[in-house]
Amino acid sequence: MTEATTAKRAQLKPPISNVGVVGWLYTNLFSTWYNSLLTIIMLLMLAWSVPPLFQWAFVDSLWNSSAAACRDIDGACWSVIPNNFRFIILGFFPEGQEWRPILAMVLLLGLVIYSKERSRWKKSLAWLWLINLIVMGTLMYGGVLGMPVVETAQWSGLPLTLILSFFGMIVAYPLGILLALGRRSKLPAIKTLCVVYIEMIRGVPLISLLFMSSIMFPLFLPEGVTIDKVLRALVAIILFAAAYIAEVVRGGLQAMPRGQYEAADSLGLNYSNTMRLVILPQALKIVIPPSVGVLLSVFKDTSLVVIIALYDVLKTTMVTLSNPEWAGYSKESYIFLALLYFCFCYAMSSYSRRLEKELHTGH
Amino acid sequence: MKHKIPPTSTKPIEAAVPFWRDAGKRAIAFQIVALFIVSGASYYLFSNTQANLARQSIATGFGFWGKEASFEIGESLIRYSAADTYARALLVGALNTLKVSFIGIILTTILGSLVGIARLSSNWLVSKVAGSFIELMQNIPVLLQLFFWYAVFYESFPSPRQALNPIKGVFLCNRGFIFAIPETHSAHAVMGWMFLAVLVGGWFLNRWGYQRQELTGRPFPAGRITAALALFLPLLIWALYGAPTAMNIPELRGFNFTGGLTVSPEFGALLLGLVLYTSAFVAEIVRAGIQSINRGQIEAAKAIALRPGQVLRLVIIPQALRVIIPPLTSQMLNLTKNSSLAVAIGYADFVAVANTTINQTGQAIEGVAMIMVVYLFFSLTTSVFMNWYNKHMALVER
Amino acid sequence: MKLTKTLVLVLSLCLMLVSFAHAGKDLDAVKSKGFIQAGVNGSLFGFGMPDAKGNWAGLDVDTARAIAAAIFGDASKVKFTPLSAQQRFTALQSGEIDVLTRNGTQTLSRETQLGLNFVSVNYYDGQGFLVSKKLGVKSAKELDGATICVLPGTTTEQNAADYFRTNKMSWKPVVIESTAELAKTFFAGRCDVLTSDASQLAGTRAIAQNPKDYIILPEIISKEPLAPAVRHGDDQFRDIVDFSVLAMINAEELGITSKNVDEMLKSKNPVIQRFLGTSPGNGKSLGLDEKWAYNIIKQVGNYGEVFERNVGVNTTLGIERGLNALWTNGGLMYSPPFK
Repeated sequence: MTEATTAKRAQLKPPISNVGVVGWLYTNLFSTWYNSLLTIIMLLMLAWSVPPLFQWAFVDSLWNSSAAACRDIDGACWSVIPNNFRFIILGFFPEGQEWRPILAMVLLLGLVIYSKERSRWKKSLAWLWLINLIVMGTLMYGGVLGMPVVETAQWSGLPLTLILSFFGMIVAYPLGILLALGRRSKLPAIKTLCVVYIEMIRGVPLISLLFMSSIMFPLFLPEGVTIDKVLRALVAIILFAAAYIAEVVRGGLQAMPRGQYEAADSLGLNYSNTMRLVILPQALKIVIPPSVGVLLSVFKDTSLVVIIALYDVLKTTMVTLSNPEWAGYSKESYIFLALLYFCFCYAMSSYSRRLEKELHTGH
Repeated sequence: MKHKIPPTSTKPIEAAVPFWRDAGKRAIAFQIVALFIVSGASYYLFSNTQANLARQSIATGFGFWGKEASFEIGESLIRYSAADTYARALLVGALNTLKVSFIGIILTTILGSLVGIARLSSNWLVSKVAGSFIELMQNIPVLLQLFFWYAVFYESFPSPRQALNPIKGVFLCNRGFIFAIPETHSAHAVMGWMFLAVLVGGWFLNRWGYQRQELTGRPFPAGRITAALALFLPLLIWALYGAPTAMNIPELRGFNFTGGLTVSPEFGALLLGLVLYTSAFVAEIVRAGIQSINRGQIEAAKAIALRPGQVLRLVIIPQALRVIIPPLTSQMLNLTKNSSLAVAIGYADFVAVANTTINQTGQAIEGVAMIMVVYLFFSLTTSVFMNWYNKHMALVER
Repeated sequence: MKLTKTLVLVLSLCLMLVSFAHAGKDLDAVKSKGFIQAGVNGSLFGFGMPDAKGNWAGLDVDTARAIAAAIFGDASKVKFTPLSAQQRFTALQSGEIDVLTRNGTQTLSRETQLGLNFVSVNYYDGQGFLVSKKLGVKSAKELDGATICVLPGTTTEQNAADYFRTNKMSWKPVVIESTAELAKTFFAGRCDVLTSDASQLAGTRAIAQNPKDYIILPEIISKEPLAPAVRHGDDQFRDIVDFSVLAMINAEELGITSKNVDEMLKSKNPVIQRFLGTSPGNGKSLGLDEKWAYNIIKQVGNYGEVFERNVGVNTTLGIERGLNALWTNGGLMYSPPFK
């Protein structure tokens, strides 16, 4: 008897409101009257905004036409991108030499993707990065192996954006570590210097540092000595990023339990060995995810060099738009650029989150 | 390799330690060297600058503050004309920075909290939309967003003569968003002061009510009373002054609208860009803050029969705020610093005015120094406040 | 330590980009590095702007080329640095550039407070107003209450403020750094009026979707003598820059063009002989090759050619010579004798 009931019960289907599409809809969208209301409002808003956008972007749009053809349509004129693609991406890089910045970018992105796996994080990887950066620099600047010299004034577009952010980050990192160590130091003079530096830089907007590099810095140097414009902007970005990295690294240092220091002391390690062999390897591991965050914000912040008239990828886009033929298609161009930035930043930020999770469980 | 056994020293141990082995002395020496390098470098840069300025006979000092600025500024909170001094022009810029930051901070906090809560919603659609908003806004440079919104403003809205007029007294065109405001009346100032007085009174009332609850356990609805008074008393004053209803309605006269209040496209684009960008970060902070609260806390609160509103007000919010406030402040500071990008889209903030000043006087060093000092002042004030707040919170924590 | 090594390596790479120019005379420095570094506008069509392939063109660009031709005998020995209005003077003061050919107006305060020397004017300009025809405005006096697009920190901004104050009119500025952005904003209707130097207004009007919809008001409210500038401190270099500009004007006066300059070498006219260096003297006094003026005309052209090529009536800008005609034709272009 009991067995039969059980069997019969087992055959009963779960209520329709718990499984399948309906169940999913019920639990996720219409569980309470209040949730249903929200869902309906949301759907109405989407219905109101998405179709016209879709119409504008895909139906009424032109993808590869002349500027004249664009004047007659209501939709988006995406043609502005393919028609100016080379200039937006590479800017003023001389004709016939395009392979150099492209190869440099491919090398960089390749290495970024290669470095994703944690199993590859070894000393050799650091050397690989260093070599890669030198190769990148050589490719861009030229002057060897029959490559004509390309002045930094002609570095523009996406390569400039990448160079400013990656070179900036890589030089800023050691500086940031030193600053963080300085801030945690017991020596009052060192500590004061580092604290003043970090707080000062973090207290001012990047644009003021860029102004400093572009209009003030030349006056600091002795007569006759000048520093390249791109390099000056790079220095400003490095000084800026170092202060933020210092704070991130300090977080890692503070997370180290006292026992680690005491253990190192009891082994008779001196300060530099304690830091190098015991503290930093552990602390830096913790701060990798937030460091990726700093890289992200540096990458986004490089767009500010527009204001000091460097031709990064945003500026080349704006130059394109100042061409009377293509003026008036700002929205399309900016959306394209936003997508470009978004793809990169989103990849980095989701990577950083994944890493955080992995490192967390490993703890 | 051979290891020699060092001969046993006959000297006392203290003497055997040379000064570079003595941690204390070494520390002092190290610091002296560091200070020496830093001051040497500063002196080097300073003397170079001095020499350069002298050689090229470039004017120095802040003497230009008192000179006539002779440029106009688009929008200003105080009375300003081209005949005023540079100092006043810079003040106008600083006030404009404060204006956009202040309004931006309020809007960001509201939007950020809403999106942050929406992200945690059990409603799949709401949560996903909030999530996409956060990802999208965080991953696009704020400068690009500013350019985009500014382009939308001036490319998509009609000219003043074809201005959109959705309701009476409100106009939308490429000169901005123009709407009617009440005609200035002596009652308004009194109403404002009364409102402030009620808020201050409400703060004391709340404190007293809290103390009473601590002592007697009887709650006192200070919040509701204050809200009612804040609404009612200014209205009462308004009525006493004869209920002035005259409105200052904008109308098209000549080239532009006169009257009413105008939100310029520059201000609008800057505000919109900053608020959308920063609120995405704030939303993440709010989400993390709420998620940081142990479920047990909420269950415990329910178990002692607190109503849902009370659970939120007495248990969740106070604890979440402790997690939320520090990163929130740094985001607010970021917003203030990012407002310096106004220079790119032509809103007359402090950087833009200082920039014009640099161009006209040619005194770059003074100009950039002023920008840095002003922003440092904002940052330091905020961190002083933060320290105070953290201490305050620590006391509450017991 | 690896960090240190990395740092050293990267730093030494960076040092490659730091240039230690000759301290001392600007001319020696220029000669020893083998090219002249000129600061130009970068986004001003007809005066200084690169095309999509990065080739520079414009009146100011050609002026810089003329200076290079004078010093090196090769007009291509010049490199251009695009500068914003804000950066231009610092760049010159600090030595980042050797000469500033960037449509800069000569003023008293710039000569004295900024430590600059302006040389002979290469373009006489004046500030005007560009408005949409739809507004029905005929004179600048009717602009009371208008919203005006203007570049920040230039003499333009001050002139506009002065003009409106003098005429007791009110206005609202919309201030945007870049010329291109400013024009775009104006066409979109953000402002009623665009004010700038008349040459730029012509250029801006020319790039409108329908140039006929816009008019330049008759009032010219300021004097804008645009001239190249050098730093204080090297008079010889200043003279060379000055006479490079003047040589182009003088050549036009003498009827020498890039086409006929080779024939002119055979001219019996002593003025032309002195000018082109067939009877020597001028070159030596300036510290240059005797062929310096010949090189300018041969490689760059005389002032008239340069003007017509970059901004003249047959270009997009379509500017009449006006004030920039030779003095013999009622303009202001006048060269002192080359002897």
